[in-house]
Amino acid sequence: MILFAKTLSWTFRPPLQGREIIKQMQEVGVRSFPVVIITAAFTGMVLALQSYTGFKRFGAETMVGTVVALSVTRELGPVLTGLMVSGRVGSAMAAELGTMRVTEQIDALYTLATNPIKYLIVPRFLAALIMLPVLVIFADVIGILGGYLVGVQILGANPTIYIRRTWNYLELSDLYSGLLKAVVFGMIIATISCYQGFSAEGGAEGVGRATTKAVVVSSLTILISNYFITAFLF
Amino acid sequence: MSRNSDPKIRVVNLFKSFAEKEVLHGVNLEVRQGESMVVIGGSGSGKTVLIKCIIGLIQPDEGEIYVDGQEISALSEQEMNEVRKKFGMLFQGGALFDSLSIWENVGFGLRQHKRLGDEEIRRIATEKLALLGLRNIEDIMPAELSGGMKKRVSLARAIAMEPEILLYDEPTTGIDPVMADAINELIIRMREQLNMTSIAITHDMTSAYKIADRIAMLYQGEIVEVGSPEEIKSSVNPIVQQFIHGRSEGPIKVL
Repeated sequence: MILFAKTLSWTFRPPLQGREIIKQMQEVGVRSFPVVIITAAFTGMVLALQSYTGFKRFGAETMVGTVVALSVTRELGPVLTGLMVSGRVGSAMAAELGTMRVTEQIDALYTLATNPIKYLIVPRFLAALIMLPVLVIFADVIGILGGYLVGVQILGANPTIYIRRTWNYLELSDLYSGLLKAVVFGMIIATISCYQGFSAEGGAEGVGRATTKAVVVSSLTILISNYFITAFLF
Repeated sequence: MSRNSDPKIRVVNLFKSFAEKEVLHGVNLEVRQGESMVVIGGSGSGKTVLIKCIIGLIQPDEGEIYVDGQEISALSEQEMNEVRKKFGMLFQGGALFDSLSIWENVGFGLRQHKRLGDEEIRRIATEKLALLGLRNIEDIMPAELSGGMKKRVSLARAIAMEPEILLYDEPTTGIDPVMADAINELIIRMREQLNMTSIAITHDMTSAYKIADRIAMLYQGEIVEVGSPEEIKSSVNPIVQQFIHGRSEGPIKVL
C-alpha cells in the first residue's frame, strides 16, 4: 500500500521516463498479445458450446450470442486477461526487480541519484495501467468472435440472429465495467509484483520466492477485487 | 585553502543494528579532502554497512554523518539525492544494469541528470571507458563481460559524473591477482588525476597498503586503529597484528 502511494506520487513528478515506459508497454502489451488472444478465443468458443448445451434444455439456443458477449465483456475478458498477464508479466517484473535487488543494482540506482521507484516502478505501473484495458478490448472482440464461430459454424446458429442477439443486449456499460476492471487489475499486477521484487532478499532463492509470491498474490487479489468491483458497480 | 582542515567526511558515533544483531557500535571516522582512506576488517565486521550509511543506502540508528559539513542522516529523499551526486560508488559485484548496454550503463547518470543527447553521452562514456583501458565494448551487454571487466565498467560509471568522493566496496575481491593490481593502479590514478577523496573497504592487505593514505581497522563494530600503512604495520594492537598477518590464532575468534 505504501509502495502504491509512493508510486502514485512519483508518477506525477517530471521528468517522465519515456524510454522506459515505451519499453515496458511493449513488454506488457505487445508481448502478451498472443497469450491473451488464444485465451480469449478459446474461452469464447467454450462458452458458446457450454451455454448452448444449457439453453437447449429449455429451448433458448438463440440466447447463446448474448450470454457469450455479456460474460466475455463483463467478466471473463478482464479477469482471464488479468490472470494471464499476472502470470506472464507479473512474474517477469518480480524476477527482474528481485535480481536487481540482490545484485545491488537498486542500490546502484540510488548512488547515481536516481530514485528506483521513479525509474523502475512508475514505468511498469503506467504500462500495466494503460496496456491492460487495450488487451481487454482485443480479448473482448476475439472472445465474441470465437463464440460466433462455434455458434454459427459448429452449432449451426443463424448468423444474422446470432449477431443481432449479441448486439441488442450488449450495452456500453458492460464494456466500460470490463475496462474499469482492467485498469484496476493492471495497477494490482504492477504494484504487487514490483513490491515483491523490490523486497526480495537472499540470492537466487529469494528471487524465486518473490516471483511465486507475485503471481499468487496478484492473481488472488484480482479474483477478490473482481467480486467487489462487480458488487459495487451493479 | 582554509577548508582544507575540515574533513570531507566525518562519521560520529554511528550505531546500526539489524534484528538484534549490532553491526556498528559507535564508529568514529574522519576522511580528509583528497585522502584515500581504506577501511579493513573481517567479513561481517560492518564495513559494507558503514559505507552504505555514508552514501545513505542504509539509515543509521544513531550518530551523525557529515559530508562537507552537512549532516546527511536526516535529509529528505530529494536533498539526499543532491548529496549523492557528489558520490560515485563501485559495487563489489559491479552492479551494472543488466538491461542496458555498456555505454548506457556508463552514461546512466548523465542521461538522468544532464540534458545531453545520446551522441554526447556516448562520447563521454567512451572516453571514461578508455581511461580505464576499455575499448570497443560500448555496445555489448554486461552479461558478456568477465568479473574484472565488470568492475572496471562499474568504475567508469562511478566516475562518469565526475564525483568528488569515490566509495569502493571490495574493489579487488573475486578477481585474479594481476587484474587486482591493475584495479589498484586505476584507483591510485583516479586519486592523482582527478583529485578525488575516496573510501575503500577491503580485506586484501596488499591492496590496502598500495592504495591507502591512511588505514582504519574496523573490529566488532568499532574503529580500533587508524594510521598510515606504516603505522598500521607497526601497530602494537594484537587485533590489528592478527588481521594484517592473517593468523587464525589471536584475539579475533573465528571459530
